Amino acid sequence: MQTDLVQEARRQAEICNACRYCEGYCSVFPALHANRAFTDGDIAQLANLCHNCRGCYYACQYTAPHEFDLNLPAALAEVRRDSWESYAWPQPMARRFHTHGAAIVTALVVGFALLFAAIKMIGSAGGEGFYAALSHNAMVAIFAPAFLLPLASLGIGLRRYWRDVGGIGIRMSHLTKAFGRAAKMKDLAAGHGDGCNFEDEDRFSQGRRHVHQAIMYGFLLCFASTSTATVMHYVFDMPAPYPLLSLPKLLGVVGGIVLTLGCIGMIMLKRKSDPTLGDAKAWGGDMAFVALLGFVGFSGLALYALGASTAMPVLLAIHLGAVLTFFLLTPFTKMAHGFYRLAALIRDAQRVS
Amino acid sequence: MTQYDIAVIGGGNAALCAAMTAAESGAKVLILETAPKAYRGGNSRHTRNFRCMHTGPLGPLVETYSEDEYFEDLLKVTKGKTNETLARLAIRTSEACLPWMQDHGVRFQPSLSGTLSLGRTNAFFMGGGKSLVNAYYRTADKLGVDVLYEAAVTHLELSENAVQWVDYTHEGKSHRITPKAVVVASGGFQADTDWLTRAWGPAAQNFLIRGTPYNRGIVLADLLEQGVSQVGDADQCHAVAIDGRAPKYDGGIVTRLDCVPFSIVVNKNAERFYDEGEDVWPKRYAIWGRLVAAQPDQVGHVVIDSKSIDLFMPSVFPPLKADTLEELAALMDIDGAKLKDTVETFNAACGDTSDFHPTELDGVATSGLSPAKTNWARPITDPPFYGYSLRTGVTFTYLGLKVDENAQCSTDTGPIKNLWAAGETMAGSILGQGYLAGYGMTIGTVFGRIAGREAAAYAN
Repeated sequence: MQTDLVQEARRQAEICNACRYCEGYCSVFPALHANRAFTDGDIAQLANLCHNCRGCYYACQYTAPHEFDLNLPAALAEVRRDSWESYAWPQPMARRFHTHGAAIVTALVVGFALLFAAIKMIGSAGGEGFYAALSHNAMVAIFAPAFLLPLASLGIGLRRYWRDVGGIGIRMSHLTKAFGRAAKMKDLAAGHGDGCNFEDEDRFSQGRRHVHQAIMYGFLLCFASTSTATVMHYVFDMPAPYPLLSLPKLLGVVGGIVLTLGCIGMIMLKRKSDPTLGDAKAWGGDMAFVALLGFVGFSGLALYALGASTAMPVLLAIHLGAVLTFFLLTPFTKMAHGFYRLAALIRDAQRVS
Repeated sequence: MTQYDIAVIGGGNAALCAAMTAAESGAKVLILETAPKAYRGGNSRHTRNFRCMHTGPLGPLVETYSEDEYFEDLLKVTKGKTNETLARLAIRTSEACLPWMQDHGVRFQPSLSGTLSLGRTNAFFMGGGKSLVNAYYRTADKLGVDVLYEAAVTHLELSENAVQWVDYTHEGKSHRITPKAVVVASGGFQADTDWLTRAWGPAAQNFLIRGTPYNRGIVLADLLEQGVSQVGDADQCHAVAIDGRAPKYDGGIVTRLDCVPFSIVVNKNAERFYDEGEDVWPKRYAIWGRLVAAQPDQVGHVVIDSKSIDLFMPSVFPPLKADTLEELAALMDIDGAKLKDTVETFNAACGDTSDFHPTELDGVATSGLSPAKTNWARPITDPPFYGYSLRTGVTFTYLGLKVDENAQCSTDTGPIKNLWAAGETMAGSILGQGYLAGYGMTIGTVFGRIAGREAAAYAN
């Protein structure tokens, strides 16, 4: 990890440790106050526990112009992104997307092109519905590796993280606690449950928590849609297309709507927030990522709505191109944060138990 | 320009409580805060809790805390220099204040780690005093209160026992307003080093100010010069021993050092001067402010060894560290041979340390040493050795405006019909010396609300 970023976060953490006023806000502070000195791994753990709710910034009597110049949300955001980049594998990909929104857009265009080419060159063996444009086997051949390789890459990064933060063997109780916190996004609610300080300085609001939950649950519904379809295809021999009143469609349509709206809401909130309280360098990359995620949801809905029209092959290429890009970039974009956040919450559950 | 019913001078807890209360009664209120927005809130920014009477579980507070117990706690620290009527009024009213504070946006939490002894008596603000101040500014805004930052009040014209007008400067221009009523809640004068020096002598030049640099006592001096009744002495201030490397102003809570009970403390001549183990630190840190103030150059040096380095809350600045006492003395810029001699004399006076217990009075004392160390006396022998410097940090001053139970100010010829005071600027009316954790916020909240109520009743 970058020494200067870690050192600045450490400087600030040591001031926080002598103050402790923010103890009640989130998971970061009890974890911070449990130490007297902070290793690089401790700082990485604190950084990944922080959800950038900014409650501590607005409550802090030591922010600029005070000479202590505390801005813990920003310091931890920078270390957090740097930790994902440092732990990522393969390294040549690590630092190309988080701080480069244009690179994400370029990757998306490449994704479109690949799918157009696939449809044109591989085409169909005469299947029904979408398979009339691109055969099922071709889709599997493209997306199975595009799904599994990024997961393997994330696995390698997470293992490096786990070693650095001193993680131990995971028990069921750790998982229950961590998933419980993630499911409710408790760290975006502040200790009093009023939410975070994001879009309007020190005003507490549930806005960011709610749009973030929409994105997470929308995404999980879409993922569940694809998963049930895979099970129906392979286990029950029920290939697509599916009617509206089927699990894949119900999950997918609801998930797609929720995901799309959540991403739009997040972009609007982010535009109102103060970029200097987050990782200012990653602002463009984060925005491009949220837009990509929202586009995955929106293009899926469009494909469903217009699936019977002549536009279908074009829409299919656009949607699958976006999905392909999204999957492949997962370890190298903001998407990685979900996995690291969960790891940090599991590690924190181990500290408390 | 808006015609205001009430001008509130100051922008901390007491000022905000007065402004919100008055606005809820229908008055049009203007807050004149001398600090810029980033530093608004005076010393309230640095507070963290509210001492509260309660006859049963209340908010974050457990069990009960009766009026009499609260008052006795107060008497212990003020050594009787207390106005009982006003003190009991503040105590009794505190119970109703806590839900009022919640209704106006304050959020509480269980007591902070390291302050468990206060869990029954003090309600902690989640995020500390600045979050309370932020919440109150939000609520005041909703109630239609106007706020001017960097608005420095220069003069209140007093005649015929009434404030005729208020002069202030803002954005480089002088302004004069004629509100019907005025609430003064602009703190003490501790940030005016010249005033402190006049009262204390030259030693005050070396004092650090723990809180806001904006409490310069300008309005206080203006009113006292015009014959407004005064309370308290200028040479009384609440001062504690803090980390000598703290900034001159606004160092706040992080500059506290909790290591003294496990140390010996020497002055610049490398001599001990007081019993470091007299009592647990929360009961002694205020005494040490005065002890250090009385030493040459107003500085003390704490010496501990590696046995004790993890026994206290982490410090904001890392300790000085050396493998020998001579090297440590060099870092402290004091005489190494003398320090070694002082430590060896101390070590020789230590006895059986098997009863050592860091969190209670353990009776592990020196014998035949003057001054003695009466608890936690363990020889300083295990390198590396650690050191901190101590300086006097002033929290607040006691000289202020004398008020009655309606928070109203007066002159020799009777009450001033449209002037009220709240918070630090009148706290001397209740406390003559000493301090009880969280009581400043109690005074500010109780008398802020009273001042707001009375000013609004007059203005309407």
